Amino acid sequence: MTLSPTTTAPAPEHRGRARLRFLGVSAAAVAVLVASIGTAITLGPADVSLVNVRDILLNHLAGAEIPVRVAKEAIVWEDRLPRALVAAACGAGLGLCGLILQSLLRNPLADPYVLGISSGASTGAVVVAILGVGAGGLGLPGGAFIGSLVSFAVVLAIARLTGGGDDKLILAGIAVTQLFSALTSFVIFAFADSDATRGVMFWLLGSLEGVRWNGVVLCGLAALAGVVLCLLRAHVLDAFAFGDDVAASLGVHVKRERAVLITATALLTATMVSIVGAVGFVGLVLPHAARFLAGPLHLRLVPLTALIGAAFMVWVDAVSRVAFSPSPLPIGVTTALVGVPAFIAIMFRRRRTV
Amino acid sequence: MTLQSREVTWNRGGKLVVDGVTLRPRPGQTIGLLGPNGSGKSSLIRLLCGAVKPTTGVVTLDDESLAALPRRTAARTIATVTQHADTVVDLTVRDIVALGRIPHRGAFGGNRTADAEAVTEALARTGLADKANELWHRLSGGERQRVHIARALAQQPRELLLDEPTNHLDIRYQLELLRLLTQLPVTTVVALHDLNLAAMFCDAVLVLKDGRAVASGPPAEVLTPALIAEVYEVDAHVTVDGSTGRPLIVFRPGA
Repeated sequence: MTLSPTTTAPAPEHRGRARLRFLGVSAAAVAVLVASIGTAITLGPADVSLVNVRDILLNHLAGAEIPVRVAKEAIVWEDRLPRALVAAACGAGLGLCGLILQSLLRNPLADPYVLGISSGASTGAVVVAILGVGAGGLGLPGGAFIGSLVSFAVVLAIARLTGGGDDKLILAGIAVTQLFSALTSFVIFAFADSDATRGVMFWLLGSLEGVRWNGVVLCGLAALAGVVLCLLRAHVLDAFAFGDDVAASLGVHVKRERAVLITATALLTATMVSIVGAVGFVGLVLPHAARFLAGPLHLRLVPLTALIGAAFMVWVDAVSRVAFSPSPLPIGVTTALVGVPAFIAIMFRRRRTV
Repeated sequence: MTLQSREVTWNRGGKLVVDGVTLRPRPGQTIGLLGPNGSGKSSLIRLLCGAVKPTTGVVTLDDESLAALPRRTAARTIATVTQHADTVVDLTVRDIVALGRIPHRGAFGGNRTADAEAVTEALARTGLADKANELWHRLSGGERQRVHIARALAQQPRELLLDEPTNHLDIRYQLELLRLLTQLPVTTVVALHDLNLAAMFCDAVLVLKDGRAVASGPPAEVLTPALIAEVYEVDAHVTVDGSTGRPLIVFRPGA
């Protein structure tokens, strides 16, 4: 090494190539997402072709008047399309939540489950569904939303009382996850009859059954807000790579940014979970897939995580619908079956590169 | 002017880790912070960079309270190299050095040309130009230390704070690093363990013991056998290096 004040020319060709590669990967991800939604809609017991899908979309969105059978139109427009769109929004949102938590907590294994958010949602939903607390005005989604925020508040309180720090947050998350899982089981065991149990269990494992356009609007807006926030905070997320001290020395208002990003994560997760139930491994695995394609910088990572997450969940839902048709498989089961091997592959890759 | 501390104390959990320290460097000076482990060197650096607020006293940047400045404004002037900063993220050297440009960005981006120039210059100055595309986790301890310094340089600071930057470096890199620091047109406050390096490169030293400043001034005036015995509790012999006129400290094995 020579520590000298001389300079050498930058390497513009390298940066240009990286940018080109990112644009290519992004375009491919958009194409895959659109194709996935289109294809997923054709899958299922009722026979719908891609041409049908195109015609129905043109009828609804572009005011075309192409003749399509009413039954097909209803299946596509009222059931499969909103379902696919909610799946896409949830995949994008949960992927971003995992990305934010992994960057902030500097732990590649962090995801919304780690902070107890999802288990709180389950408890909230069960309390509403089985105990009937606030059943009239709140509904299952409202209960899940409140439950997830309560569990998250408990995690934060424990972490603060025990002295703060990322490790405390994760340990508190594990403890609270166990606590709320136990509460959920307790309520089911003590108060539910077998019918109620079956209904709730299905929801606890995640399901997109019966999702309609109001769900699309809610999840879509939440996911969009998440993407915008993450893009505006991309450099802040980068700055956390070396921990709070280095982030602070780079001009990041650490406490405020942490509070904003973690609260946003909790709200986003709570929204998604309130619509589709508890879905694991999406937030854990997808940011790693995006890093593999886009590198570690968040300005590229954020859009790609959202796109990959969206496409992934569309397929998960499609497979869940079709695999054991006519009885649907809970999507949480599918995400875990796909996610765990992917997770092990990630750990394996990390071991080899380090 | 510059970054100064006036009578700062930091009460951390009931213990005064910094106790009434005043530091007034002149612009462009290199100040060495000396003192045994636990004497408050790192804590004083945390106060100076604004990571924590002093319990009493004030840290000022150009006569304004640092605590009242927005973090990003402060980070355009002050760069800090802390100890033990590690990451699990697969960043390249260039990515990390580019982090130094964050304080210079607006919400929607910054001046790309200026960013690229600052990064390139910082890489060149720290001898990392040919390592720009290496991954962090493949670097040696000494290389990592240089990457952090390059990141700090990319911030284009006027005030540079370093907490034991010569750790993990072999003697050649220690010398080159300190020579670089003294040549930079910035005010530098550097915590050091090696008294001879401090004597060789610092314009002035501040010696801490139990959080208190026990001596300050040019190394030749401060680094006396009596002071070294008082602060470090070791027996030392101090001569003057004929070629540099700087103090040369030789330690004697204890009884």
